[in-house]
This record gives sequence, structure tokens and C-alpha cells, in this order.
Amino acid sequence: MSNETIMKVEDLKVYFKVMPAGAMPWTKHHVLKAVDGVSFDLKAGETLGIVGESGCGKSTLARGVIRLIPAESGKVLWLGKDLLELDHKEMRARRQEVQMIFQDPLASLDPRMNIGEIIAEPIKTHHPETPKAEIKKMVEEVMVKVGLLPNLVNRYPHEFSGGQCQRIGIARALILKPKLIICDEPVSALDVSIQAQVVNLLKELQEEMGLALIFIAHDLSVVKHISTRIMVLYLGNMVEIADSADLYDRPRHPYTQALISAVPIPDPLIEKNKELILIKGDLPSAINPPSGCVFRTRCPKAQDICAAQKPEFKDTGNGHLVACHFHD
Amino acid sequence: MIVAEKNKIAEMAENLSGLNAVDGRSLWADARRRFMHNKAAVVSLMVLTLIVLFSFVGPYFAVWSNEEIDWAVMGSAASKGMPSFQTGHFFGTDDLGRDIFSRVVQGTQVSLMVGVVGAFIAVLVGTLYGAVAGYVGGRTDQIMMRLVDILMAIPFMFVLILMLVVFGRSIGMLFIGIGLLAWLDMSRIVRGQTLSIKNKEFIEAARAAGVSSFKIITRHIVPNLLGVVAVYATLLVPGMILTESFISFLGLGVQEPNTSWGALISEGAGTIRYDTEWQLLFPLAFFVVSLFCFYFIGDGLRDALDPKDR
Repeated sequence: MSNETIMKVEDLKVYFKVMPAGAMPWTKHHVLKAVDGVSFDLKAGETLGIVGESGCGKSTLARGVIRLIPAESGKVLWLGKDLLELDHKEMRARRQEVQMIFQDPLASLDPRMNIGEIIAEPIKTHHPETPKAEIKKMVEEVMVKVGLLPNLVNRYPHEFSGGQCQRIGIARALILKPKLIICDEPVSALDVSIQAQVVNLLKELQEEMGLALIFIAHDLSVVKHISTRIMVLYLGNMVEIADSADLYDRPRHPYTQALISAVPIPDPLIEKNKELILIKGDLPSAINPPSGCVFRTRCPKAQDICAAQKPEFKDTGNGHLVACHFHD
Repeated sequence: MIVAEKNKIAEMAENLSGLNAVDGRSLWADARRRFMHNKAAVVSLMVLTLIVLFSFVGPYFAVWSNEEIDWAVMGSAASKGMPSFQTGHFFGTDDLGRDIFSRVVQGTQVSLMVGVVGAFIAVLVGTLYGAVAGYVGGRTDQIMMRLVDILMAIPFMFVLILMLVVFGRSIGMLFIGIGLLAWLDMSRIVRGQTLSIKNKEFIEAARAAGVSSFKIITRHIVPNLLGVVAVYATLLVPGMILTESFISFLGLGVQEPNTSWGALISEGAGTIRYDTEWQLLFPLAFFVVSLFCFYFIGDGLRDALDPKDR
């Protein structure tokens, strides 16, 4: 694995304009800060896990990075080029290097196309001159690679199970041999045994093809299994980022500590005696986020300074970054 | 374990490579199967096919052409012009001594053509317009749909009649008039469907793969709309035929020597007092049976294509 940085995201912000209920056309819109200043870098062959509760901006971040949603400001340097500044044509050409896998395996496949057509679509889009026989061969190869029988090419998505559909989605993402695959909760819709298969498949393909992955999930144990580094998001803000093992063993941010304490341990004795850190209240609105540290409204350690001043990102050694005034 | 499994699959794939690929059953094939189980729809389809065949084959059986006048009958249609195999007037004659059989054949051709061509224009324009408005969204969508609202607010029968009066009564004018107004409903329905399809993940997947907007509309959105469009189009055809009949009934539509179901019914209704009920009943029967068929087929298609009914 080379240590070359392939993607560098700097201070990415994705805002949505939201009209309040019963708004008139001239009413000023609210601004929803879905992703508010996220930075990270990604090396070739590395997996970055992104965790956080529902609505914290995980999926928006992923879509903002590859411009499925327009970003407000920031930079996404992909192999040295800022994706956010490319024109449409160049961006479309770059898309073959970054592919995406989606949450709902069945919904991400066009029900009117058979899976051969679905898997071949990226090639037909980017290399329309490829002869048919070659496309067929490539489709068969990639199907074997993800564990599907190639004689199923003429079947339709509704004839497959969820796990198989996800494999089709992975095959579609792999066929152009991308450098990065963004996985947006790829296993959340699958049951546990299938989750393990899909995660292991991704891991195996990653080693084989030297892929980098951005892996979004809300299940911490899955993320721990696959990630080299993990980023914790809260209300569109980065809270902590660290190497996977480091984050699990020494979470420094109170939010991360609470998240990790909530992961069930498959041993009733340990589970029973485990100290559970409960966070009170709900996720605040991203339209009107708390001043200073966004987590302060629910933080057990909150003090006056948290409301007044937004905590800077501090390196606590080993590339373990945390945004908290009172981190451990 | 997974690696072992993969080797196994690769091995199996090799064994299977000699076999032909399994054919999948597309949603269309499923829908066709469900449609075939709907008796009313299948019977209607057969009857309609017969009517269409009749309109093409009919002239070869006719003894009298649609323009010939049977001088022997003229003026005394009530006593001599009744349906009969001896005189060769299978459906009787009208007051001028023209053969109703030939006139019905011709009227069927014209009416079906108005229905099908009108629906085709509506489907083509409406689908593209609605899909573009729905997919592009934002201000473009607002402007395009407000334009539809404005056009819809115009009383269309009034405009159509004015057009026919001002530009002369021709069948071409009728096509343009009906077709141009019928796409409005279609575009609204298609836009609504597009909005729901465009947020599905497979569209996002296509965008993430770098497929252009135009290709997304033609390759992903339109095929997924076709179910709704097909149902609506079959229900649109009888609507077109009805409109044309109404216009012809008013005397503004199809002009002599051409005719249509509406014009024939109008003539037949005008002479019903003189004991020549066949002049009304034959065209009316074709008209009613065809409309029934279209509606049953539309219903059958809707049941077959509606994903919620699965």
C-alpha cells in the first residue's frame, strides 16, 4: 500500500436553503448547515469510516465530496485537482475514478434494466466505443469477482435478494476500476449475516485492487471492523478523528465516549457491568445550531466557555484529532 | 472462508460458462402475464383488433363504395334502404342512398386514427415536457408548469371550435387542435411521476457514475414512466374519439365526403323520426363497443402495471 494522499478535503461546507412553513415567496430562507467545515485526507488503499447519529450529515458529506450535492465552500482535492472547481465535462470524466455504493440495494438498481445492463452502464457512459463482446467479458469478470454467477446477467433486480443486489451495486462500482469507492451505509439495510459477507467482500476487494474506501455507517462495530481511521460527526461538525483502534481504546471526546459505551458487547456479564454513558435530549436543529461547541447542549462536561467559543481541532498525538475544550 | 467461497464460485462459473445465460423475467413480462389473466381486457383487446381489421378489410366485402349513391333507394330510405343482403346494403342506407356499411368502415378508420394520432401526440409531447420539467426542477419546472396551468385555464372546446371556424374545417386542423390540448394532462401526470422517480437511488447512482442528464431522462426516467403513460394513453384514446365525435356532431369536424363515427351518429340521430333507426344504431354500436374496449384495456393495463397491486 502506498502512502500517497489521494483525496484531501478542506473545510467543506454544504448548506441547504430551507423555506419555513407557510413562507411567502419573499420570505428569507433559513440556512440548514448540513456539513459545516469538515476536513480530512485519505490515502490510497485506506478506509475512512464515518459515524454519527441519523441526521448528522454523513450522507450529505459523502455526496458533497463527489458533487452530487453542490457544496457551499471548501476544497476537495482529488489527486491534486479541486473537484469543486471543475466544469461539468471534466467532473463527469473524473467520476469514473470515484464510484459510490448505496444504502438501499434494490432501490439503487433500475428495475427496468437487467443486471448485465446495470453493471455495464458505467463503461457505456465513459467508454462508449468499447465493443460489445469486451463489455460482456468485463461484466462476467466483475460478477465473478463479487461472487455472482455470470449466467444471471439477463435477470432483473427484483429477482435477487438484498445481499445479491448489494453485490450487483458493488460490481457496478468496480467495473471501471476506480481508486475510491464511497459506501453510503452499504450494509444498513441487510441482515447481520449478509452484512458480514458484504463487509468482508469489500475488504477483500480493497486488498486486491488497492481501493480506498469512505465507509459510512451508524453501526460502530461494522465500522471498526473495516476502517483504518474513523471520523465522528455531530450535527455537521467533526468531533473526533483517529486511527480505528486508538479511537476505540481511548475516545477523547465526550460524544465519542458515549457512542462507544452504547455499543453492545456480546457477553452478558460484561454488558451488565458496563458503564453506560447516556446522552440526554435530542439532536438540536441544524437550522439553528447551538453557539460555540455544537455538542454543549447535551454534553455532561459543558461549561460557560463551550457556549462562547467553538473548540479548535487539537492533535493529541498520533494523528488523533479532537474538538473539545475538556477532552480526556 | 469467503476466499474459499469465491474460488468455488469461480469454479462454478467455469463449469457454467458452457451453459446459456438464464433468461430473467422483466417487469414488462410480468405485466404481460398479469394482463393475460384479465379476461375482460383480453376479450376487449380481441374485439378491438377485430374492429381495426374490419376497418381495413371491410371495403373488400362492400358491394357499394362509400361515395356511390343508390338511386333506387334515394328519397325512400325508410321503405327500401333497410339492412339487407339482397341489395348489398348490409347496414342499410342513409337518406341519400349511400351505403351505411361503407360509411361505417370509413368512419371507423377516421375515428380510430383521430384517437390514436391524438393520443400519440399527447404522449410524445406530454411525456418529454413533463419529464424535463420534473427532472430539471427548480425555476425551469415552475415556469414550464405555470405555462401548462395557463393553457389549461383556457376553455379548450371553445378554442377548438374557433380554430375550426377561423382556419377552416379540416381533419388536419382537428388533429392539431386535439393533440395540442391533450398533452397538458399528460405532462402533469408525467411530471408528478418523474418527481417521485428522480429521488430514487438508482438515479443518484447513475449521476454518480457520470451519466448525463439527457441520458438519465431517456434511459432511466422514461422507461420507468412508461407504465403510467401506457395506461393513461389507452384511456386518452376514447377521450379523443369522444371529442372528435362531439365536434363532428356539432357539424364542425370531419367534412363530407369523409365521415367519422360522430358525424354518422349525428346524421342517424337527425333522421330517427323517419323509422330509419339503422342509420343511428350501426355507427353507435361500433362507437360504444370500441369505447368499452379501450376502457377495459386501460383498466387491465393499470392492474397489470400498478406496482402496488403486486
